[in-house]
Amino acid sequence: MQTAPHLSGSLQPAAELQSVSRIYGTFAALRNVSTTFAAGSCTVILGENGAGKSTLLRILAGLITPTRGTLTVLAGSPHQHRGRIAYMSHAPMLYDELTAMENLTYFASLHLDSTCPCVSSPEMALRAVGLDPHLTRTVGQYSQGMRQRASLARVLLTSPELLLLDEPFSNLDVLSAQHMVELLADFRTWPVAPLNGIPRARTIILTTHQAHLAESLADLTLTMRNGEIVARTPRTPEASL
Amino acid sequence: MIYLHHVLNHLRKDLRLEWRSRDSINGMLFFSLLIVVVFSLAFDPTGYPTTARQISGGVLWVAVLFASVTALNQSWTREQRNQVLDAQRMAPSPASALFLGKALANMVFVSVVELVLAPIFIVFFNLHPLGSTWLLALVVPLGTWALVLNGTFFAALGLRARNRELLLPLILFPIAIPALLAMIQSTTGILTGDDMLNPDLWIRMLTGYDIIFTIVCLLLFETVLHAE
Repeated sequence: MQTAPHLSGSLQPAAELQSVSRIYGTFAALRNVSTTFAAGSCTVILGENGAGKSTLLRILAGLITPTRGTLTVLAGSPHQHRGRIAYMSHAPMLYDELTAMENLTYFASLHLDSTCPCVSSPEMALRAVGLDPHLTRTVGQYSQGMRQRASLARVLLTSPELLLLDEPFSNLDVLSAQHMVELLADFRTWPVAPLNGIPRARTIILTTHQAHLAESLADLTLTMRNGEIVARTPRTPEASL
Repeated sequence: MIYLHHVLNHLRKDLRLEWRSRDSINGMLFFSLLIVVVFSLAFDPTGYPTTARQISGGVLWVAVLFASVTALNQSWTREQRNQVLDAQRMAPSPASALFLGKALANMVFVSVVELVLAPIFIVFFNLHPLGSTWLLALVVPLGTWALVLNGTFFAALGLRARNRELLLPLILFPIAIPALLAMIQSTTGILTGDDMLNPDLWIRMLTGYDIIFTIVCLLLFETVLHAE
């Protein structure tokens, strides 16, 4: 059900990094990374803890700026396209004192005047991830897995063009993780209207330690070590079948 | 109109969070009450009504200032928990709307504390205002806005600092001195009925302070929010 990859040749890249480094004091979290993320593709980033995966995602999200190098996201800077990029981190990025529905309604309201008229209903987003929208418990009382799913609902709610997921399968049981994979595969097929006549496609970049789960999604697998990309593995024809 | 909608959304969210947790108001209330009680014991205001009127303006505003610092520090901590602030930074809504919503929410919290504190303060300090009491209806909101506006801004500025609880009063108190002076002088002028203190002039100065700092904070907040 992955229709987007064959489109990617006719589209502008979703993100492009040229010699990007991020240095904290004397520690280089990212070293001279150059890569392109094709529009409509799904890239899976593997690597040990501290390999630089989260730093790379945070740079793409515009949450940190590169110390060196050039970054282009959706043909501009991440700040220019805030409504079109969504980022899910290790933390749920939700208020503990509010219910999932209240959280999502609030975050949907922040996209009111976005150029992208694509905010779906909080109720639909919660149902899509298998959560009851009418649950009266606050997010602080959720299990880790439920928080993870509520967090995914938050990013899907805005129907983003570029979806950045930092270890989305952690804390999930096998069935829930499988459901999330199916949901992400489906997400790539969601229609996205052209912007100013330019065709667009949905792109996913995710980091994980559970490579087997994301195998069916990945068009490209990057392996990182010590802040560098050490291997690039494109999807094999067998994996597509 | 959309901007106003964003501000109201942030305000509603902050009021709801406080209603569920009551972290800020409870802390502020007990702290400010303690200050009023300690000062009333230290100065024996019932025995010296004239002295009580002269110092009560200062005591009231110092109590509000110290108490509000405890709440202002917490207001951004909520955004940091679970990395919600990152979601805010990535949202397409204006950063200044987030700031304004939070400052207004803090204004509501501090005003609630002032409403509870006022009658207790009047009883403890045995106060009977001799000047134009209605002017207090101007001084109190203007003074509260001066404190919460700068407090909300500088609390955000110190968000990533290790000693942010200490940093806020260290930055806020010197910046708030002109406003604090205007608040104390005008309140004392109203309570004592002393025309020499010229409350009108101090109120005008406080209004000017509020206008300038509101504009500056709104303009600079986006930079503060995205600072690394």
